[in-house]
Amino acid sequence: MSKLFVSSSPHLRATSSTRRIMLDVIISLLPASAASVVFFGWRALMLIGVCVFTCVFTEYICRIVMKRSQTIGDLSAAVTGLILALNLPSTLNPLIAIFGSVAAIVVVKQMFGGIGMNFVNPAMAARIILMVSFPTAMTNWVNTQFAGVDAVSSATPMAAEAGTYSYMELLFGNHGGSMGETCAVALILGGIYLVARRVISPVIPVVYIGTTAVLSFVLGQNPVQQVLSGGLLLGAVFMATDYTTSPITKWGKVVYAVGCGVMTVLIRTYAELPEGVSFSILLMNILTPLIESITTPKPFGASKEGKK
Amino acid sequence: MEKQKLFFPVKPFRTNGGAKVPHRKNTSDVQSAVMPSPKTVTIPMQQHIGAPCKPVVAVGDAVYVGTVIGDSDAFVCAPIHSSVSGTVKSITRITLPGGNTTEAVVIESDGQDTPDPGLKPPVVENLQDFLKAVRDSGLVGLGGAGFPAHVKLNVPKDKEVDTLLINCAECEPYITADNREVIENSWAVMSGIYAVTELLGIERVIIGIEDNKPEAIRILKEIADNEKYDPKDIIRVLPLKASYPQGAEKVLIKACTGREVPAGKLPADAGCIVMNVTSVAFLSDYLKTGMPLVKKRLTIDGSAVKDPKNVIVPIGTPINEVMEFCGGYKAEPCKILMGGPMMGLAVSDDTLPILKQNNAILAFDEKEARLTEATDCIRCGRCVSACPMRLVPTKLCADVKLKDFEAMQKHQIMTCMECGSCAFSCPAHRHIVQTIRLGKSQLRAELMKQKGDK
Repeated sequence: MSKLFVSSSPHLRATSSTRRIMLDVIISLLPASAASVVFFGWRALMLIGVCVFTCVFTEYICRIVMKRSQTIGDLSAAVTGLILALNLPSTLNPLIAIFGSVAAIVVVKQMFGGIGMNFVNPAMAARIILMVSFPTAMTNWVNTQFAGVDAVSSATPMAAEAGTYSYMELLFGNHGGSMGETCAVALILGGIYLVARRVISPVIPVVYIGTTAVLSFVLGQNPVQQVLSGGLLLGAVFMATDYTTSPITKWGKVVYAVGCGVMTVLIRTYAELPEGVSFSILLMNILTPLIESITTPKPFGASKEGKK
Repeated sequence: MEKQKLFFPVKPFRTNGGAKVPHRKNTSDVQSAVMPSPKTVTIPMQQHIGAPCKPVVAVGDAVYVGTVIGDSDAFVCAPIHSSVSGTVKSITRITLPGGNTTEAVVIESDGQDTPDPGLKPPVVENLQDFLKAVRDSGLVGLGGAGFPAHVKLNVPKDKEVDTLLINCAECEPYITADNREVIENSWAVMSGIYAVTELLGIERVIIGIEDNKPEAIRILKEIADNEKYDPKDIIRVLPLKASYPQGAEKVLIKACTGREVPAGKLPADAGCIVMNVTSVAFLSDYLKTGMPLVKKRLTIDGSAVKDPKNVIVPIGTPINEVMEFCGGYKAEPCKILMGGPMMGLAVSDDTLPILKQNNAILAFDEKEARLTEATDCIRCGRCVSACPMRLVPTKLCADVKLKDFEAMQKHQIMTCMECGSCAFSCPAHRHIVQTIRLGKSQLRAELMKQKGDK
């Protein structure tokens, strides 16, 4: 008998890992990425490459400068890069994309302590930084390659007159918009994959989208068009469900998702912004700690009156 | 508590959380083997929760199987008996896997296994006789906790107990000892249940068993649903979903009765007594023969064990001799556990003796023993949805890190039963249970200190 390991229970662990979860997210984004390349051509592929590479490289440098353990192996930086790229218009200057990627990793993620510590979603915060810094470049949406004329500025369905696009066009993504947000089918496929792999619970996307549909119907808009256009699906499935910035409790997720939906509709309807998804998720991210503390479940056997 | 109308649930009540642990019940169909007495046994004086026993024998004394060798005047305590016949060789101190150091009686066996001539079946006419007999038998909770059975069965007058739950869930991976007990000793299970219900005046017995033990369920149902054997029709078998930690006392009570034991209280506060299936079977055997708890059925399994099976061993047998009986190690053992992989204790030495409350010894090779490194929490929330006690493990860990005793109490850290569902599910492999355990002991120490200051 040479030596025995002695450690605290449990001695058995599930096979899941952070890396595997992030890999699942990347896999789930493949249909949307493929759709963006199909619709917007090689520029989409180039921008995805630029964002993913810049995010991973920046995180690598950051961890060295901060003298922390290397974390690029957990693939979370790659996920941030991919999601950011899908939130950009295909016409964007790659230098701007690089700026956004660096901002996401350095300012939003690593300065707050890295994975699990950032209080807003890095990709989304970066998109907002770019929206505010480069409003024209960030809204230079073009029509897809199949719309007849190539690379002509085109309004997204959000900014266009109602009825410009058919449901089928909205569903399959043959319209203007950010690279990854146009093809609803690809995004829904990715969401189904994530739920099936138990990476995310369906609560946030379903409640978020449901709230948006109901509220926009109440306010006299076409709910189907509201759901299928703009960044709602991309935001609800891939960004609002970010572990770090969404509530950890079951009812917290519901409150958070309802909040996201209400904010989205209000911004879309009453604000002078074409799109409300990013800002509504950002605001709810900031509220997450508060939501969590009011939705903490009552522990097993806790007395009703006893607040010891 | 207002009197509830008693009924038998057709399906289990909903419980929270849990972890999808692999079952690995490799030994469930293997007949138990009886191990002959080893040359020497080392019997620790603390094999239960409560006060340790004092040795009542001296070096050189002759002892028989069933002779009392340790006892104490304390109420929460169970006497300890010799598991072999022979001579007391020495009285030493040993360190048990939990970290407690206690006295231990070392007995050299004469190989005869002569039972103590003074042993006879106890005469039980009333509850007092019964409780005394239970104490004399040395019975402790055999599910693993080791709580003295006579204390558990001595329900305070102000508490109304209407339900006896028989814990046959056996939710820990690998362990099949209770399953084999039911299959090999089913009559004892039933007569033990009857003995307890008659003396305690209980009207409802629910046997909670995970549905991954079809043969045991069939056998139990055959007896429980037969008018001839259960004339008052008070015993029912309730198959439970095979999901860890179904056998944890509070979870079992919730699943079988829908009641929640208040935090910091005992099952009796929810009108229940929970007994392990092997405990009731032993009780029935004891009432028949008078032979106290000197042997235990253990599951021997794990990737380093050559011939996994259930073995009935004399208490005090060294682990390595039990392993030898199971064909020895097939790979260098790197981790040896007393108990299951979710809540068992890792031992530092394979010469430690088998204890009363042990139900498994598992030995793992290096591949399965290797520890994974913890990475940063990604706040995925899997620990929250896994917690059967509806706690928020991430918050508790943060409280412990900050040594914020007030927050620990607010978040009810003491409700944690350390089942390990959170740490099992954690993709970042964080040491959640270890951290919470540390926090609990620090909080306990802090509360003691505050009490002392006043």
